Amino acid sequence: MSVLLAFAAAALFGTGTFLLLQRRLSRIIIGIGLIGHGSNILLLTSGSGRGLPPIIGSADPTDFADPLPQALALTSIVITFGVTAFLFALGYRSWKITHDDVVEDDVEDRYIARRVDQLVDEGEAAARLNELAEDPE
Amino acid sequence: MFVLLALHLVVGTAIIAAGRRLGRQAFAVAALAPLATLLWLAARSGDVLDGDSVLDSYAWVSRLGLAVDLELDGFAVAMVTVVSGIGLLICLYAVAYFAPHDGDHTDDVPQSPNGVGRLAGMMTLFAGAMLGVVLADHLITLFIFWELTSVTSYLLIGNDDTNPRARAAALQAILVTGLGGLVLLVGLIIIGQAGGTYRMSELLADAPSGGAVNAGLVCVLVGAFTKSAQAPFSSWLPGAMVAPTPVSAYLHSATMVKAGVYLVARLAPMFAMTGSWRVLVLTVGSATMVIGGWRALRQTDLKLLLAYGTVSQLGFMMLLFGTGVEDIAKAGVVLLLAHAAFKATLFMIVGIIDHAVGTRDVRRLHGLGPSWRLTQACALVAAGSMAGVPLLFGFVSKEGALEGYLEHGEFVGSAAVLTVIVLASILTFAYSARFVLGVFGVLGATDADPADVARSRDAHAPGWLFAGPSVVLTVLTVGFGLAPGRLDGLVDASTSALHPAADVVHLHLWAGFTGAFTLSIVIIGGGIVLTVLRRHVASVQRAGARITRLVPSSERSFNLLLRGTGVIARRITATVQNGSLPIYISIIVLMATVVPLIGFAGDLDGFPQLVETPVHVALVGGMVGAALAASIVRRRIAGALMLGAVGYLMAGLYVTQGAPDLALTQFAIETLSTVLFVLVLRNLPAGWTHRTPAIATPMRIGVSVAVGAAIFVFALVASDARSEVAGPQQSEVMVDNALPKGKGHNVVNVILVDFRGWDTMGEITVLVVAAAGAVSLARTGRRRDVIGPTFEEILEGYDDTAGTADERRQEVPG
Repeated sequence: MSVLLAFAAAALFGTGTFLLLQRRLSRIIIGIGLIGHGSNILLLTSGSGRGLPPIIGSADPTDFADPLPQALALTSIVITFGVTAFLFALGYRSWKITHDDVVEDDVEDRYIARRVDQLVDEGEAAARLNELAEDPE
Repeated sequence: MFVLLALHLVVGTAIIAAGRRLGRQAFAVAALAPLATLLWLAARSGDVLDGDSVLDSYAWVSRLGLAVDLELDGFAVAMVTVVSGIGLLICLYAVAYFAPHDGDHTDDVPQSPNGVGRLAGMMTLFAGAMLGVVLADHLITLFIFWELTSVTSYLLIGNDDTNPRARAAALQAILVTGLGGLVLLVGLIIIGQAGGTYRMSELLADAPSGGAVNAGLVCVLVGAFTKSAQAPFSSWLPGAMVAPTPVSAYLHSATMVKAGVYLVARLAPMFAMTGSWRVLVLTVGSATMVIGGWRALRQTDLKLLLAYGTVSQLGFMMLLFGTGVEDIAKAGVVLLLAHAAFKATLFMIVGIIDHAVGTRDVRRLHGLGPSWRLTQACALVAAGSMAGVPLLFGFVSKEGALEGYLEHGEFVGSAAVLTVIVLASILTFAYSARFVLGVFGVLGATDADPADVARSRDAHAPGWLFAGPSVVLTVLTVGFGLAPGRLDGLVDASTSALHPAADVVHLHLWAGFTGAFTLSIVIIGGGIVLTVLRRHVASVQRAGARITRLVPSSERSFNLLLRGTGVIARRITATVQNGSLPIYISIIVLMATVVPLIGFAGDLDGFPQLVETPVHVALVGGMVGAALAASIVRRRIAGALMLGAVGYLMAGLYVTQGAPDLALTQFAIETLSTVLFVLVLRNLPAGWTHRTPAIATPMRIGVSVAVGAAIFVFALVASDARSEVAGPQQSEVMVDNALPKGKGHNVVNVILVDFRGWDTMGEITVLVVAAAGAVSLARTGRRRDVIGPTFEEILEGYDDTAGTADERRQEVPG
């Protein structure tokens, strides 16, 4: 692991997060792709560093790159592709329904947030009744 | 003993199940459980009073040392007598109480027969839990039953769930006693761990001490204070008076509220000398006794008067049991018994009057008819016992308390506490007198409505079942007042259960002209003066109330606290839970990255090499540039291409790291992804119009930078940490075994298909699931003509229902 590669992973995560926070599904997909690449760098560099391809007979095994992180990264690449493909399908569906790919606010949560003032009033009414019950005067 | 507890559970559940059919007769069924308990107690009490104890144990979680240990010792006999004796009488009384009466106006009689059945069943369950509290010898067992009494109390107070006052009072009760219960649990665990045992009988033999135990004791006391309605936690008890009178008489004067006193009584012999125990108990008890008495004197509602009186008497009991002095604790045992007898009587009488006349407000009560003489006599005797009038049971206990403090108060502050007891007892006499005057109609308003006067005069006296239980208790009050020696055995056994070294006691009708008797005369004299001068006292109280109103009372503080918590919680919910996905993600990623970052940053020592190979500079430069471009461009296709560029550069990076398999895979998949992306994008508009963002761009950038920084630090710290790991490397084993065992030259491939084959299996499963989801999403999208409602339309629909819900809420009266 070098400082440069750590920086590369950080930059991919940062830009990926920025895109993840957008409202467009297509940008969110790009963000997830970037974060996937960033985590692959992290996985790969968790090994012992650069080396020769770990193929028996091609070189001395002590010069090999660490094969285990490579296997993990390979799995990660494929899974990221699976997730991306699913998100593409979601984007396609979103376009079918609304002709756009905006991720809207959650209706239930917005509704609850709007009701807060009303709930606060209700709570105060209950508390006032409570006081009445205790104070005879 | 387990059989008895199970009996309560079965009877209670059965009554709740059959509630609708039984109606008020449910209480007659409920009376079976306390009756059985009393019979069992009668069979066993002989041995126990001679000094034995009955033990029952059931190993629950033996590896944690958790056992349900029940022990019937002398003090438990006294408590079981109160719990089941009063319970039996209350059940009989309730049968009559829930019958229809002339003066019924009251909101505390459940309208549906189901409500009465539920009440009876719940009360039986409560009685079982309370028996568990007083029989438990294991601290954790005690805690569990303790909490069960809180829960059943909550359900009983809030039984009339259509009454918002009942709901509010029940909520306050469960919040105060429940929070106290949590604190209590902490304290019990500290003490149990410090003492090495949770058995109270073993702790009594060898009590732990030390700083931790002191803290634990403070926690335990907080729990006991909340349960026994001590200042400043007393406000829930008067609120609980919204419950039907049998519940108030049983739970909120005779039994449940004494659980805190009971616990203090059990622990005081072990810990009274430890830390701040005595200071805390005596201060809180004194304040409670005086404040309760003062406020009781101010009430116009007879039931509230009794409630505040109970608060005061509970403070009194704390002062007696909390000292840990055996001769004072003796008086506490007597007071506990006497209080149960007279307070239950008084509550029953309030219930009778409430039903017959239709009010319990002293200003609307006028002279009752001649048929009421018996009930009035009972009220007079019981109130006299409460006031400490000679020849009654209460006098014996008060005399014992004064004598104990005079002769055995050898600890700091005992003189001050004695003064408090005398002053508060004067108040007790005054409010007892006020109760009697109220019952006799003397306090009725002079300019009363003639209808009120007539209603009091013509009220029907109670039937034998309604009046009977209070008469029984009155007879006991007089009997034990005249012949207190009959209780010697019980009081003796109780005290020696608490203090194993206690001497034999004798209770006296009258001990002669002692100091205690002089103080009794002072109390009675002072009480009479206060009663005669009651108009002046009332004006002083009004003036006092005007001043104390400036200071937030415990009720008000509680309500403010409750309301504040609610308001803050709702505001926070509205802020973080506002429906915006970007905000949710921001909060999640910030929590997941920035919070651990604080922990990582400390481990960061030094940087590794800056650059491994010059090729990396070009690769990373291109990657970062492409990633930045991907996040800035405003055309979808450009973003997709930039992502593709990052992917191809990643493949280059894999090559330089010695990972050709990864490079190949990445290359193939990146190509596939880009093709897919373009396939979808061909439908979508090329760019997007700018809309007001849910969170502003600076916030997005801030979150992203924070995440990037966290990852940067994590990468450096994690790679640094790995080099410190000693021992054989898993990878070396895999390289060595790839050819001989895996029969493959490419180690990465062997790992994937052989060494970690199950991982690959899982990976394939994920792909299958994703593919199935993607295909089904794409296929259902074919119905072109069906276009669902827009987001705005959906939200409008919600607003419509909100409006109707509002209207419905306003239609609810009150």
